[in-house]
Amino acid sequence: MVECPIDLSVFNELKEATGSDFIKELVETFMEEAPGILVDLKGAITSGDEDQFRRSAHSLKSNANVFGAHELAELARQMEISGLGSDQEVANQKAIALEAVYDLSTGKLKDLIDG
Amino acid sequence: MADAPARLLIVDDTKVNRMLLTRNVEMLGYQAAVAENGKIAMDLLQEESFDLLLLDIEMPEMDGFEVLEAIKLIPALRDLPVIVTSSVEGIDNVVRCIELGADDYLPKPVNQVLLKARLSSSLEKKRLRDEQKILLRRFATSEVVEDLQESGFALGGSRVHVSVLFCDIRGFTPLSESQPPEETIELLNAYYSLMFEAIECHGGVVTMMIGDGLMVLFGAPQPLDDTAGCAVAAARDMLDLMAKFNVDRVAINKPKINVGIGITTGEAIAGYAGTQDRATYTCIGNTVNLAARLEAHTKVVKCSILIDQTTKDGLADENNIKAIGDASLKGISEPVAVFSVE
Repeated sequence: MVECPIDLSVFNELKEATGSDFIKELVETFMEEAPGILVDLKGAITSGDEDQFRRSAHSLKSNANVFGAHELAELARQMEISGLGSDQEVANQKAIALEAVYDLSTGKLKDLIDG
Repeated sequence: MADAPARLLIVDDTKVNRMLLTRNVEMLGYQAAVAENGKIAMDLLQEESFDLLLLDIEMPEMDGFEVLEAIKLIPALRDLPVIVTSSVEGIDNVVRCIELGADDYLPKPVNQVLLKARLSSSLEKKRLRDEQKILLRRFATSEVVEDLQESGFALGGSRVHVSVLFCDIRGFTPLSESQPPEETIELLNAYYSLMFEAIECHGGVVTMMIGDGLMVLFGAPQPLDDTAGCAVAAARDMLDLMAKFNVDRVAINKPKINVGIGITTGEAIAGYAGTQDRATYTCIGNTVNLAARLEAHTKVVKCSILIDQTTKDGLADENNIKAIGDASLKGISEPVAVFSVE
């Protein structure tokens, strides 16, 4: 079985502290906002905008941590620290991997708020 | 009555973080407003009043470091507690926040228990500071309070360029003896409110109140561009306000209140004088003595506002300024040229 992309103890603690209606709204907001951040991140790779790249990775990391999406947060953190690097292809590969984990994480989050 | 809940400004570029922090602080009983970057936050801080700032670091337009730097330069915001909530990488960034004046640093995602403790401690410290300031303001002008906060308290003076204004009520002693004491205090309070309004509106600082007499400085403790112009404009406003006040007095069959004003301009020594336990911001020198004498001289020449040569020379507009010749004044060795402001 594949490891759950969401740390349930973090998620449940947040849900308990803030309420189930609120966390539903929060997850939905994340899913509205994050695609834009991913677009910015990929755009930064194409244009070579180091600042934009770091800031987008940072935002994703910060939001992923809120929901206990540890793997997503860790990938984003590594990108934030390493920066764009010299090889655009490598950066693109990382972005693709990040997006895959993002899809997995948000899929699980969706199940959790609907369930 | 319970105090109004503290008002916090949350600055964060992601909506998820803004929502979550808002929820967190509202659950603790505080009010929250949000800004999505440092620039918007700085605008809001200057328009509205907040008790505490919850600040993110990584933001477009203007980041948290820049906000911390900008806040330090604005006197009105210098005491605003700032708690940085961020997930910046590297301890050096956290250290930089504290060095730039942040009260505290909370890593994201923010732990609710920790947030509660930090908020209540920072807000309590702010409340005590505010209380102290209000108390101090009642006895000293806000300029003196600011000066004290900036440079700390030290007895001692410095040479300043000022315009000094003295003002008092004509025939106040007989008037006060002819009416009940409550009425006299009520009259004084009304008079002071009007005079302070005119003075503060032109950047003057009242350094002394004795009975019905006032001593006002223009140009100290904070320098002022056009001290003579400001002092004369204030004096004119004082007379206008008194004229309106007298319309009301006459309507209720009370005698008119007339004031005399003397203004001089020049160098003086200003600073804190007294003892370590009790001191006052004061100003001394010939410029001050002459202003007091000119004010007394208004009775002799029956003019409301008298100014000296230096004040007259400092005015951009000399219309309605009339030379009334040299006067020999008590305690001043040479006769001085005196001008009346019509």
